[in-house]
Amino acid sequence: MRLRPNLLIGGTLLGLVFAMAGTALVWTPHDPVRTNLRRRLVAPSRDYWLGTDEFGRDVASRLMEGAVTSLSVAASTVVVALVLGVAIGLAGGFLRGWTDRILGAVNDTLLAFPGILLALGLLAVLGPSRWGIVLALGLAYAPSVARVVRGSVLSIREREFVEASRALGNSERYTLLRHVLPHTAAPVIVLATSLFGWIILSESALSFLGLGVPPPAATWGNMLASARPFMDKAPLLSIAPGVMIATCLLGVNLLGDVLRDLLDPRDEA
Amino acid sequence: MPGACGCSAEVLSYVLKRLLVALPTLLLVAGSVFFLMRLIPGDPAIVVLGDAATPEAVADLRIAYGLDRPVLVQFALWIERALGGDLGRSITSGEAVGPLILQRFQVTAAIVFASVGLAVLIAVPLGMIAAWKQNSWGDVAAVAGATFLLSIPSFWLGLIFLLVFGLWLGWVPVVGYVTFAEDFWGALHYIVLPVATLALIETGVLIRMARASTVEVLRLDYVAHARAKGVPEWRVLARHVFPNAFAPTLTLIGLIMGSLLGGIAVIETVFTLPGLGRLLVEAIFARDYPVIQGVMLFIAVIYVVVNLVVDLLYPVFDPRVTAG
Repeated sequence: MRLRPNLLIGGTLLGLVFAMAGTALVWTPHDPVRTNLRRRLVAPSRDYWLGTDEFGRDVASRLMEGAVTSLSVAASTVVVALVLGVAIGLAGGFLRGWTDRILGAVNDTLLAFPGILLALGLLAVLGPSRWGIVLALGLAYAPSVARVVRGSVLSIREREFVEASRALGNSERYTLLRHVLPHTAAPVIVLATSLFGWIILSESALSFLGLGVPPPAATWGNMLASARPFMDKAPLLSIAPGVMIATCLLGVNLLGDVLRDLLDPRDEA
Repeated sequence: MPGACGCSAEVLSYVLKRLLVALPTLLLVAGSVFFLMRLIPGDPAIVVLGDAATPEAVADLRIAYGLDRPVLVQFALWIERALGGDLGRSITSGEAVGPLILQRFQVTAAIVFASVGLAVLIAVPLGMIAAWKQNSWGDVAAVAGATFLLSIPSFWLGLIFLLVFGLWLGWVPVVGYVTFAEDFWGALHYIVLPVATLALIETGVLIRMARASTVEVLRLDYVAHARAKGVPEWRVLARHVFPNAFAPTLTLIGLIMGSLLGGIAVIETVFTLPGLGRLLVEAIFARDYPVIQGVMLFIAVIYVVVNLVVDLLYPVFDPRVTAG
């Protein structure tokens, strides 16, 4: 019975964030990167809804641009993690034998690192940039996708309809892509939703540390980092970006619960 | 029922099996840290010594580290030195990396263990009670509260705590750190906010897990059986439900410790604490590769060991695992 309020609240929150990002693509109240040193740390007003930051940039506009950055980085990262993870998981689960053993050992090793630590290590090699962060987080989270896909492939490949496809003389590749792959969709969709949330969180954490999307581009994480020294003079600078991250994550988590209830009834609650 | 079956041989073989699996994992983890750092373009000797190194120093280091030898031999040498506690020297400060890590780890360990301990004490009973009173008003509130908590970024909650308790109320210092050895009560003031921040957020994750696994167990036949026999409800819960429901939560605790260790840098940055995460991030900025390599290896090894300990504790709560 928790289903409907979760769907409603989660959908509204995430819809709001997406609407902000969509609007920012065509219009923002002010130029999000234009500095104006005579208007530093201005309090909220009709002209500057949430005031200005330490360089006189409009906070509301930067929050909107931050939504574009966070959502696009998270979406590209999920795609990277899914493509890599599904490919590795399918190969391991379907080919089995030595391929599976080697892929499995590599995968388990990568899973032995906390995801964000692996991303930090990769960023040390790649250097901080928008694509560096997509690649680092994508590689860091691909192993968990691979594990889920491999597990469901192993159980699906023993089912009768897969036997039937082989008995009909279909090639292994056709059977894999036409009959096995679609059945891994449900757990992968549930995982991809969680991944989207984790990546928004990780990206904002890395940007907060100064290892994410580099300034002057606005991200919620780097806005929080630069707000830290002005916490007593302009507390709103420290509050607003966090509210955005939390809104986005709450939306993703609530929708994730709905999807899990719908697609994976075994794992209820 | 555990205990009555004389299963100590099974437990022993389970423990040995887990230990045997952990060794290659540790080796592979060390290998990936080693080879990750080799992905950095350029001569490793110059990477270690910095651009300003003299040719003689580079040549000396190449011989000392065996950089002229096959890469697998280099890896073996690196492992041998790491086992002896020698993780090289920092490029920027010249300090030995091993002792530097241990010194910084004290701060990190205090925060991580205190916050996870606190979160477990709050969340596990709450989650279990929520499951027992499933669908009640309190249960719905607990789940909603937990979902809300786990949607808050830790570093932002930390900033808000600093703003409220540090700047507005003036209860705790906003920057700085003293060690526990120097000033126990002073140190407590510095770590109370980071610990509260992390504990609150981990509480969200743990309540959901403890609740979900208790709900599963409550549905099992033996619970209905125990109740039908007329066993008092508190005894059903204490003897049959809670111990079995705790096992999956235990696994999660291991994973949480790992993700906290990996992501501790943001909290240490917010509260300006000289911990391991801060060391790693500073090293990444300074391109101080021996330090990056050492910290990554150290955290990954701790993570593997924590998960090993969790696996070894597992049969205490769920005797079925050793049989499998």
